[in-house]
Amino acid sequence: MSPSAAATRPLDPPKDLPDSTAGIYHYDQVDRQFLRERVEQFRRQVDRRLSGELTEDEFKPLRLMNGLYLQLHAYMLRIAVPYGVLTSRQLSQLAHIARVYDKGFGHFTTRQNLQLNWIKLVDVPAILDLLAAVDLHAIQTSGNCIRNVTSDQFAGVADDEVVDPRHYAEVLRQWSTLHPEFTFLPRKFKIAITGSATDRAAVCIHDVGLLVKRDADGRVGFEVYVGGGLGRTPFIGKKLRDFLPEDELIAYLEAVLRVYNAYGRRDNIYKARIKILVHELGIDTFRQEVEAEYARMSPETYRLDAAIIDGIRARFASQPYEALPPVSGALGRARLEDHTFNRWVRTNVAAHRQPGYAIATITLKPAGGIPGDASADQMDAIATLADRYSFGELRVTHEQNLVLAHVRQDDLHALWKELSKIGFGEANSGLITDIIACPGLDYCALANARSIPLAQRISERFADLDRQHDIGELKIKISGCINACGHHHVGHIGILGVDKKGVEAYQLTLGGTAATEGAIGDILGPAMSADEALDAIEGVVGVYLERRQDGERFLDTLTRIGHTPFKDKVYAAH
Amino acid sequence: MARVTDAPKVVTANRLQDGAVVWLDRAGVWSTNVAEAEVHAEATGTEAALAVARASAARQEVVEPYAIDVVVTEGAAPQPVKVREQIRAAGPSIDAIPVGFAA
Repeated sequence: MSPSAAATRPLDPPKDLPDSTAGIYHYDQVDRQFLRERVEQFRRQVDRRLSGELTEDEFKPLRLMNGLYLQLHAYMLRIAVPYGVLTSRQLSQLAHIARVYDKGFGHFTTRQNLQLNWIKLVDVPAILDLLAAVDLHAIQTSGNCIRNVTSDQFAGVADDEVVDPRHYAEVLRQWSTLHPEFTFLPRKFKIAITGSATDRAAVCIHDVGLLVKRDADGRVGFEVYVGGGLGRTPFIGKKLRDFLPEDELIAYLEAVLRVYNAYGRRDNIYKARIKILVHELGIDTFRQEVEAEYARMSPETYRLDAAIIDGIRARFASQPYEALPPVSGALGRARLEDHTFNRWVRTNVAAHRQPGYAIATITLKPAGGIPGDASADQMDAIATLADRYSFGELRVTHEQNLVLAHVRQDDLHALWKELSKIGFGEANSGLITDIIACPGLDYCALANARSIPLAQRISERFADLDRQHDIGELKIKISGCINACGHHHVGHIGILGVDKKGVEAYQLTLGGTAATEGAIGDILGPAMSADEALDAIEGVVGVYLERRQDGERFLDTLTRIGHTPFKDKVYAAH
Repeated sequence: MARVTDAPKVVTANRLQDGAVVWLDRAGVWSTNVAEAEVHAEATGTEAALAVARASAARQEVVEPYAIDVVVTEGAAPQPVKVREQIRAAGPSIDAIPVGFAA
């Protein structure tokens, strides 16, 4: 469906559902009909595969376009959460699916999606029916197409936001869904978009990163980055345009994708991503190619009309906020009286643009837990809390956490107590136990080493909240192979699992960051065992604590003193 | 391409309908228990087993069968050599259900 079609359709925002005030794009009957047809199409494809009419080679690209992988132990279904926004009703449905068709849990990913690890092929059409019933699907969560667009989990509510990126993310979703020209790209293509100067969406490590902003006259436009990415050859994205006017967004991205489609390497999977093309051509030559393609295109055909944006914006519910004082007395008192809660507010609560409200991050990282995992019961409980405290809306973060984006400050203490009951009241957002970890060799067919057990051991080792809060901001990211789904390249401490002559080993990097401008971490030294890696992290933290100066975060100290003291500490015994 | 070794081998695949890990037994039947896998000491036996497995794949029973190296110890199930295959045989090394919550 084209954005223009969306703009001309009558609006029918739901009135009676508990999630009618959730700030998501609300589907209409055209959207729903499309999903139903898509499910029926895949149902027939599954039937043909089971009957032998389709071989595995023929079926594989079809199932991948519906987010279905065959992993080590079962099929894995990756469900799209467009720009990370969910309604409570959708989360409850995901919980139901996890309970009935999986082993009772789900895994939130760095692409703001949800993965179910124990799916049967024969059940997938029924699961897709259940997803479609709540306007969800698994389309374009795999395959060499434009993947689910990701965004800032604080979109629309952050106090530092310039422009709400969700509306443009929705434009991109509609534009890229089943786009015939970009369905068989050289490789997958990931777009992230943010509207704040503070990059919470890891825009710098995406194939295309967009920063929505305003010029001096208040007009909306996009700072466009291209060629970022992790994997075997990591790159930070390079700036392609400083200010792309709003109405040129689709045309310009079409030009970028066309250049990639034409020149991207199809002969070598390791060199097929756009980052390699941009690197090999150089950003200036790549830009010339894009601009030349752009000049050949019809501006009117591709112009993103303001009416389209308005039409899409109108399909997002707005929240009926109460008029509240900017600072809650009840919150202030609770913080004074409850030290553990006060810590949670310090790490897990962010400022909201609406007076009297706050943004609450639910870290899915209990001590010793599996990063990003939630049981069906936990998901149901969180959906209930979203209804009670956040207009029935949730956000998924690329750091594998959830967010309630519209919580009255008065309600934060009650919310935190409820979260604590279900094991998710940990005051650790952004701290050393708020670890990103891919599924690793416990589930993933591509992995070389396990990620989750090491993440759990680190979480247990540093579980003491006094210590965590003393260490302060420190982001550990773990990948079980060089594909870097765990974003290890941009971890303050990155950990890469490798296969060292048949034995799992772990290589540490230091100094990466996915925050604004981004940086790729440097390899500290040779790979080591899991036990040694655990001690190495202890050593790295120890050097930081010994050498830090007042107010310095881990990255600040690392920048000031360099890698050598850390390396000396870690490899002293070798 | 995987290095060819002269270690004992078993033939494995994933079942088409549910993706479950299966092992080819002496009767040419797929088992979900590695202990029931037929172990081949010689390449001819492995090739014969792979032929049976490929025929099974052609009947839409399994996906992408292949042979793996195992260590054989008397009285014990064949132990896959590679960590990846050990995890396929035994399941994830972690508890599936997240900690910290009792319904």
